[in-house]
Amino acid sequence: MQTLTRPSLRRALFPLHRNLQTPSSPPPTATQPPSPDSTTHFGFKQVPSSSKQHLVKEVFDSVSSKYDIMNDAMSLGVHRLWKDSFVSGLDPGKRGPLKVIDVAGGTGDIALRILDYAREKYSDRETSVDVVDINGMMLKEGEKRFKKTMYHNTPQISFQVSNAQSLPPSQFPDNTYDIYTIAFGIRNCTNIPDVLTQAYRVLKPGGVFACLEFSKVENPLLASIYDQYSFSIIPLLGTILAGDRESYQYLVESIRKFPSQPDFAQMVREAGFETGKMVEGRGGAWRDLWGGVASVHMGVKV
Amino acid sequence: MATRSSIAHLQNPRRTLSSSSQTPAYPGHIPLNWFENAFLAFGSAAMSLADPRRGDMIAALGETTAGPALPRLRDHMLNSAEGRQILKDRPRINSDTVDMNALAQLPEGTFGRAYVTWLERCGVTPDTRAPVHYIDDPELAYVMQRYRECHDFYHCIVNLPVDVSSELAVKFFEFANLGLPVAAISAAFGHLRLDWPKRQRLFGEYVPWAMKCGASANSLITVYWEKRWEQDFGELQRDIGVWSAPETKWRKPLSEAKIAAEKRRKMAEMALAEGAEASS
Repeated sequence: MQTLTRPSLRRALFPLHRNLQTPSSPPPTATQPPSPDSTTHFGFKQVPSSSKQHLVKEVFDSVSSKYDIMNDAMSLGVHRLWKDSFVSGLDPGKRGPLKVIDVAGGTGDIALRILDYAREKYSDRETSVDVVDINGMMLKEGEKRFKKTMYHNTPQISFQVSNAQSLPPSQFPDNTYDIYTIAFGIRNCTNIPDVLTQAYRVLKPGGVFACLEFSKVENPLLASIYDQYSFSIIPLLGTILAGDRESYQYLVESIRKFPSQPDFAQMVREAGFETGKMVEGRGGAWRDLWGGVASVHMGVKV
Repeated sequence: MATRSSIAHLQNPRRTLSSSSQTPAYPGHIPLNWFENAFLAFGSAAMSLADPRRGDMIAALGETTAGPALPRLRDHMLNSAEGRQILKDRPRINSDTVDMNALAQLPEGTFGRAYVTWLERCGVTPDTRAPVHYIDDPELAYVMQRYRECHDFYHCIVNLPVDVSSELAVKFFEFANLGLPVAAISAAFGHLRLDWPKRQRLFGEYVPWAMKCGASANSLITVYWEKRWEQDFGELQRDIGVWSAPETKWRKPLSEAKIAAEKRRKMAEMALAEGAEASS
């Protein structure tokens, strides 16, 4: 394995702390690899692990055509701010062109932001993004979006159907990518440690793992308002705008089932990544957005 | 009894804040608190205007705005022998419960025969009504479902087709007869989509007819239509106190019935093919 580290990159990510690998919290609970009869959560319901993938597929088949509109309606446009902050935190293009893999990238929100950022800030037209998603209909929406951009039919963008838990080595060889992103996707995966293992495999040494996901809100007042909003308004918005209450009920429930920030940071470490200290904020393993409604977790492969 | 929903309540304590502290009272029931009800009322009103093909939104509008109208309709039913029988039997109207072939065999001039003829002329089926979700009391939910499913009978008994003007005329009629707010809302806003000559006709001829006829007739929710298939059409009209609407132009049939028939044919073919495979 290469001993090449990227000290400048690491310092940029975790400026105040050195390498701290010792786990300090107990392993999180929701990570048993599914045995054939085991069950897992699908929102607040319990379902056989083997059927979760199909159930999630049905949800995303159903929401794909209105996905972007619904995101704007449900978050009142705030998801755009989160994604902008996520991509600026990565600063793609600063040290030259990058190979990026954007997993669960479906409709291409993150991919487009990465390419635009590198182009506008660093005049970079060599950075490429491979968008990977398990759901073909979501990828179709992504392709439609990209047809309206200058990246269509260039080597800068590609769309591939694949399962984040088992990226085929023939399509995604080891040590290929500089950045691995997964935004608002990992909580839908049945086996999160498998996803992290694959992320570790396909990243180059020194490569960065970055995850943007809904997370736990600590502040009780904010949490109460957020819960009310999530469970009252969002399923109704789904009913009104998309004629589909169930999918949006699943979405808000799946957010509650996702591990907390420290638990997920621990999982990232267990996959082999080096992360910041087990705190929030600069130098920490994660950065909260809007009080923890969303959170950015990052790790580096050494 | 520890039901699944009460256990869910313990595991997910925040649910006490929302309406989901109520357990569903019937399959498909989605309990709403007053805020959610208001939100859905406004949202479904806006969406129904924006996209009138969203039948589920018009249905939601009806349920969220029903208020005291449904208990009143139930009282009408309780006050009539026929209505009481309906509440007891809770009959449903769809292509499984209505034998279209048998009705087509009835003599000319009967209500049943007139109904299938009306369905064919308009190109609709009895299957197009959304289920009730947002009414908490199961009996009132049934009254709402019954109202929705009888809508086509109201069209048939006053001889109106399903184009926009005629639908609005029926809505005015329903409001005068049954008093449901959604009928008033549809009537009040629906005509905005009409052009001027049609609107003139609507308010000049159909609305006077609708208000007079609807108000003077019996409460139509108490009519047990399924027991009157063989009754003479004119006699039925006199029985319940309605008379036909002013003459109107009947357009080409809608494609609903054709699409439904195609679907049924395909499913029958698939079932046959599967049966043949299984036995071979």
